[in-house]
Amino acid sequence: MFFQQIINGLTLGSVYALIALGYTMVYGILELINFAHGEIYMLGAYLGIIILGFFTALGLTAYNMPIALVLTFILTVFFCASYGFTMEKLAYKPLRQAPKLSPLISAIGVSIFLQNYVMITQGATDKVFPSVAGNEGFTFADIHITYIQVAIITVSGLIMLLLHAFISRTRTGKAMRAVAQDKNMAALVGINTDNIISITFIIGSGLAAVAGMMVSVYYGLVNYSIGYSAGIKAFTAAVLGGIGNIPGAMFGGILLGLIESLGAAYISSEYKDAYAFVILILILLVKPTGLFGKESEEKI
Amino acid sequence: MLRLANIHAGYGPIKALKGIDIEINRGEIVSLIGSNGAGKSTCLMTISGILKSVSGSIMLGDTDIAGLPPHRIVQRGISQVPEGRRIFPKLTILENLQMGAFLGRGDFTTSLERIYKLFPILHERKKQSGGTLSGGEQQMLAIGRALMSNPDILLLDEPSLGLAPIMVSKIFKTIQEISSEGITILLVEQNARAALKLSHRGYVLENGCITLSGSSSDLLDNKKVQQAYLGE
Repeated sequence: MFFQQIINGLTLGSVYALIALGYTMVYGILELINFAHGEIYMLGAYLGIIILGFFTALGLTAYNMPIALVLTFILTVFFCASYGFTMEKLAYKPLRQAPKLSPLISAIGVSIFLQNYVMITQGATDKVFPSVAGNEGFTFADIHITYIQVAIITVSGLIMLLLHAFISRTRTGKAMRAVAQDKNMAALVGINTDNIISITFIIGSGLAAVAGMMVSVYYGLVNYSIGYSAGIKAFTAAVLGGIGNIPGAMFGGILLGLIESLGAAYISSEYKDAYAFVILILILLVKPTGLFGKESEEKI
Repeated sequence: MLRLANIHAGYGPIKALKGIDIEINRGEIVSLIGSNGAGKSTCLMTISGILKSVSGSIMLGDTDIAGLPPHRIVQRGISQVPEGRRIFPKLTILENLQMGAFLGRGDFTTSLERIYKLFPILHERKKQSGGTLSGGEQQMLAIGRALMSNPDILLLDEPSLGLAPIMVSKIFKTIQEISSEGITILLVEQNARAALKLSHRGYVLENGCITLSGSSSDLLDNKKVQQAYLGE
């Protein structure tokens, strides 16, 4: 029972971690809580269904399921990244010089817009993701692990490793860190900060798309409002790890997933969604900078 | 080589520069002196494109660079060491220098060797993060980072501020060395005497206007300059 919950928690946690990364990266660079980030995750879930449905109509899924899935994956990431890119250009970039509250309000507006846009175009009822691997899996010492769980944990882990390497090793990754530390100074050394901001939104949205698609495969059901709760939970994960801190978001996501699973199993599953909020309140009270966050210096 | 003509700039309703004219010739060291809040840093930030000028032109050779984004200005060979050094604290020294060479002007290895020769301590500590350096070392790193883009013009904002006297003379000696390599320098300094001794010409900035200009030796002899900035 305990180890079963650990596996479930890890699955859920990897998804939270992927979404939390987008929050934390954008915050690190713009000091903006992108409230519309959860909607990108929701769009990822929907686009997954739509694109896979398209491939089914073409007969590709019947012909070769893995290829259809990989293609769906790539296209979903591409479309969500485009949404993220466009969102930044339309809703945040014009407000770059405005007081900090303005882009925040704009983010809430984008969130409401995207939810309603999907509700109107896709309907208000749940959509079913075509079953890919069902509940199939293997049992090991009484723990049932589905193939989908294995896939989610592996894919998330790989993506996080890649992201870490990208940020610590590549020229663009270092430029992202430089922009996060001092935007004007980064411009003074010749970094095009607007490009770096766009890249950040593209990567963050791509990660949310992966998370959205994997969750819809996992649960099999999506709804236009799933971005809200997933968004808040991932935001909690980001705060838990210290907002702006990339390894912190990964760790915070996994930890939150584990807490939710174990809490649901041992305390009460009725309150499953409440644990995240309890944690959010506790961190804000006890250690507002998060587990890995540092006291930020107020810039003059 | 660089000519500011009637530059107006500011922050919202606050006018920090009220029509200034500055000319810098190739190979010169020109110092810009003035009290706190006179607009010296604003002037450098406007040249670098961080701040957009409201009117006026900034001619680099035959092109007006006013209004270009900062990275385009670095691309054209103007690099700045801002006030307070502004090292990227969580990047290593080597990474800070890599960021200085972000646009890839000139050969990276050659530039890096040149900086390490100028400041051997940066080579010794290249794996250390920028935030762990002392003030003087950070100033060296800031200058090194600016030189990594192989600029034709170097803008230096208060390079001696907050440094120990021995470090101040080291930094001024370095500026001399950089100049002897043929790099044109615009130097903003509170330490007016040291700046004027080092430079060929100088401008005095007061409340956003250039009130005096001339050769550095003339300015050092000027009664008003002596009273206001040299503490005599």
